[in-house]
Amino acid sequence: MRLADKGLIDRNAPISFSFDGVEYNGFKGDTLASALLANEVRLVARSFKYHRPRGILTAGSEEPNALVTIGSGGRADPNARATVQEIYTGLEARSQNAWPSLGFDAMAVNDLAAPFLGAGFYYKTLMWPRAFWERVYEPIIRRAAGLGTLSGQANTDKYERAFAHCDLLVIGAGPAGLMAALTAARSGVDVILADEDSIMGGRLNAETYTVDGQTGADWAANTVAELAGMDNVRLMTRTVVTGAYDQGTYGALERVNHHADRRDGKAVLETFWRIAAKQTVLAAGALERPIAFQNNDRPGIMMANAVRAYVNRWGVAPGKTVTVFANNDDAHRSAMDLQNAGVHVAAVIDSRNSAKALGDYRLITGAQVCATSGRKQLESVTYRTASGEDSISTDCLAMSGGWNPSVHMTCHMNGRPTWREDIASFVPTPGSIPNMTVAGACNGDFSTAACLAAGVAAARDALAALGTKPAEVPIPNAEDSDYKMEPLWAVAGKGRAWLDFQNDVSVKDIKQAASENFRSVEHMKRYTTQGMATDQGKNSNVNALALLADATGRGIPETGTTTFRPPYSPVAIAAMGAGAQGKGFMPERFITSHAATIERGAPMMEAGLWYRPSYFPAKGETHWRQSCDREVNLVREAVGVCDVSTLGKIDIQGPDAAALLDFVYTNMFSTLKTGRVRYGLMLREDGHVMDDGTTARLSDTHFVMTTTTAAAGQVMRHLEFVTQCLRPDWDLRFTSVTEQWAQFAVAGPKSRELLNGLLSTPIDNETWPFMACGDVTVAGVQGRLFRISFSGEHAYEVAVPARYGDALFRALLKQAEAMGGGAYGMEALNVLRIEKGFITHGEIHGRVTAFDIGMDRMISAKKDCIGKVMSQREGLLDEDREQLMGFKPVGAVKQLTGGAHFYPEGEDPTPDNDQGYMTSVGFSPTFGHFLGLGFVRGGAARQGDRLRMIDAVRGIETVVEVCHPVFFDPKGDRARG
Amino acid sequence: MPVVDLKPKTPLDNMVLLTIGTVTFAEIDAGPLTSVSPYLGQAGNLSDALKSAHGMTLPGPNRATGKDGARAIWFGRDQALLIGPAPHNTLAKHAALTDQTDAWATTTLTGAQATDVLARLTPLDLRDAHFKRGHTARSDLMHMNASITRLGTDTFMIMVFRSMAQTLLHDIQTAMEGVAARG
Repeated sequence: MRLADKGLIDRNAPISFSFDGVEYNGFKGDTLASALLANEVRLVARSFKYHRPRGILTAGSEEPNALVTIGSGGRADPNARATVQEIYTGLEARSQNAWPSLGFDAMAVNDLAAPFLGAGFYYKTLMWPRAFWERVYEPIIRRAAGLGTLSGQANTDKYERAFAHCDLLVIGAGPAGLMAALTAARSGVDVILADEDSIMGGRLNAETYTVDGQTGADWAANTVAELAGMDNVRLMTRTVVTGAYDQGTYGALERVNHHADRRDGKAVLETFWRIAAKQTVLAAGALERPIAFQNNDRPGIMMANAVRAYVNRWGVAPGKTVTVFANNDDAHRSAMDLQNAGVHVAAVIDSRNSAKALGDYRLITGAQVCATSGRKQLESVTYRTASGEDSISTDCLAMSGGWNPSVHMTCHMNGRPTWREDIASFVPTPGSIPNMTVAGACNGDFSTAACLAAGVAAARDALAALGTKPAEVPIPNAEDSDYKMEPLWAVAGKGRAWLDFQNDVSVKDIKQAASENFRSVEHMKRYTTQGMATDQGKNSNVNALALLADATGRGIPETGTTTFRPPYSPVAIAAMGAGAQGKGFMPERFITSHAATIERGAPMMEAGLWYRPSYFPAKGETHWRQSCDREVNLVREAVGVCDVSTLGKIDIQGPDAAALLDFVYTNMFSTLKTGRVRYGLMLREDGHVMDDGTTARLSDTHFVMTTTTAAAGQVMRHLEFVTQCLRPDWDLRFTSVTEQWAQFAVAGPKSRELLNGLLSTPIDNETWPFMACGDVTVAGVQGRLFRISFSGEHAYEVAVPARYGDALFRALLKQAEAMGGGAYGMEALNVLRIEKGFITHGEIHGRVTAFDIGMDRMISAKKDCIGKVMSQREGLLDEDREQLMGFKPVGAVKQLTGGAHFYPEGEDPTPDNDQGYMTSVGFSPTFGHFLGLGFVRGGAARQGDRLRMIDAVRGIETVVEVCHPVFFDPKGDRARG
Repeated sequence: MPVVDLKPKTPLDNMVLLTIGTVTFAEIDAGPLTSVSPYLGQAGNLSDALKSAHGMTLPGPNRATGKDGARAIWFGRDQALLIGPAPHNTLAKHAALTDQTDAWATTTLTGAQATDVLARLTPLDLRDAHFKRGHTARSDLMHMNASITRLGTDTFMIMVFRSMAQTLLHDIQTAMEGVAARG
């Protein structure tokens, strides 16, 4: 029921929305919860386990009951808290966990079976047969229990991540947070003030207290207005700080557009912030705790603070006849605020014998509510006093068991809160989070005046740490009353008294856990699931452990708390991973010939971050093998062109450049003549092969090293390590030039003829022999030419500045095609190098030595190099090690597969009989059958042996013959020709 | 010899110019880029040579020197990037010089909300008092390794690997749209 003249809603802005398909009206400023209550909708959800009817319990983000799904399809947002969700025109909300409807839920039968479904039921009952765990029990349990469900469709909403920096982060904009922010802001430091609500002010917007003679809400609004006008302040509303992390970093989730129907454009739904703060003031407030009594979960039973928040902030009466049940003075304010708004208050039932009425209402002291009635809506409460039991007809019960400071954030770095007996609550332990000061209700200061003062004091502490002189900020006048709470955790009696509303945990479950010796608070939590729902037990944890303490005969401090972990409020994975879906997961690196390659219809494959063409399909080719075979043949017979720019290129200059190369490569580079290229092998410090490649000497002190595509970063890092840590005395500098040069392999018998059509000065075998290099002018552009070959053919690599890469690729292709050649991709490149026995990281995969790949003689005896000594360790030169060899099929089955293992003929394919494995295979059109490279025990001596090649994954067995790894042109005449 | 004319392409091909809301993203032609790395003990001499040849000193860590048309930005350990002029011969005596003109996509982001756009992409603290004109940093930009330099109150120069230019455009555009949609 809407109250006249109350609340911070805009009655000139009506909004229509729907809940479970029914249209309702509310006003701008309403949450879904306040609007539903205004429309007298009390039943909003079914509980997690027993499907009990549930209503709205709170008015904040701690809400355990009123979870709904907003929207539909891929954008459906399950488990939205109705108390946080603001309404907008067209909002569609649906209840969850009920079938066929919220009013009649068939699964409510669980509630009748409750005596059998208590804590530990699953552990005891669903033990056997073991095979039923996942296939039978889990699906049944998951169907019966649960919250909202995902649609199974991709979510098209946009999310983003962002960073923010400040001198002081203030978490929470209640009286303490506002004063802290104001003090710091007037002192000139950069302030971020974050609050989860849509308007700042915290409890000031929900209470009728005055501050400096103004209403609390007006004072808050004026203070916020001053802050908003300051350049050094950033106000972040609808932003919940979710976690405290190392180095003053905080996670925060901003609900950017949940309150508006702006989900179709470019607007983001949520932003996940990482806020770096030098100092932090935590002013997170406190949460009111329920009292456990029989059937305390009926719709209409609410927190006392929420009842008056609905009255004062939203102008909504949560009931027609309201009863208050409390153990403190603070809750009496609900009765007074209700009366002032014209709502009938049936009684205030106070468990304290000493309680005094603060206004004109019926007060029953020394009384406890012990039962309630009304299935889908509270109808009456029964209370017990020393003289007996009596009932009151009421449709709303406002309960309060006192307040728990929101200590959660202070525990995120493993801090434990401290028990304060005087307020029967945990408060943060100072120093739990470096550079964080705690202020206000979250520190146990429950009066407005104390909060305002604490905010100033906390800011002054933070400013002192920042070395900034604090501005003098007067502390406003406000109420400073003691709320006189006397602890009451649970009312004795039969029946189920609920603690954790979201996970359906009752007092009985806690007692059962204790009686079954789950006495540690962490064990109790896991046995009962207390506090393990999405609200992390914000309403119930302290009550539960107070009851556990009682059941185990210990004090509350000795019983301790469970661990509060981030996030403080649920965060969508979509927000934390924003921008990283699909291709956003990593950058795409495109070669300069990318466009020309795509134009030719080449499918691209990923090579690290790079995209490289697999093959270039010609007209009429329907299978990649046709293209691959043709491309291999055109390289062997005419000329092929391939973009090799992805290989790492490192420019090394300086007097000690040659010394560095001698040290990082196994073989000698200081003897390399200017204008020549040499193949080199690089070891890790542990003596295993790291990478291979060619290095060209451009002058006495200038080299260009090439690495494999895959290890470019690793080699760069290795060189940094060697030069920074091992030999900082060497005078040399190096930098990556991978991106500067577009480089193309031109390979095949007609390669020189092709190049001579483009070079300003034609070359021949005398001027540019095998392994020569130097500067050239290619089609008028200054470039570099290297006569090197990864195909075994007469071949070159020509490099030009990247801006000309696209044009040169097209020009080379045009020439090649005119000569019977063309482009070739990675598939053909792979076959060509396998025919030649050239290795890639398929072979040098990190566990092989130079000895294993037949290159131990490349480790120069004349000098030291990284990994040399370690490569000579016993066992690394064992003749029986798996060594690189070639393989060809010799039986009926002709297929070879990478990853297959070798076994002796006539022996079983068992691990004991394993002889090695295949690393690379390809169909060789040159030989007319598959060729493979792989490692086999004692390989060098086993040429001609036959082995079983078994691919257990693909179900393929082939008889292979061990061959020399170089199949094609073993003398290398073609490359020199 | 057949005459083939190789037509150059910029990293973003057609000099992208994109305005969304109040922010403009543009590819720029900053002229030659040269990596300048002083040899052992040569930083002082190099700085003098830079000063007399190109008018700017060798920048210290996270700083840029010079001005539009002839700028040097710190680019890493023992490394500066000379932007604008072709390096004078005298520099080679003191430093390893490497042409990087084609290695980087060079862009600017301009507008009052440029820092809001960058806040969605880089963890750098870009507050005015902390990242002033003439400050530069190597940092993350989304998932890329980038160089970010403040050229003016509302103008930043952003460089990433040439091969990642398309990803830069995508990431910047997404961030610009997100900022603009907030109004």
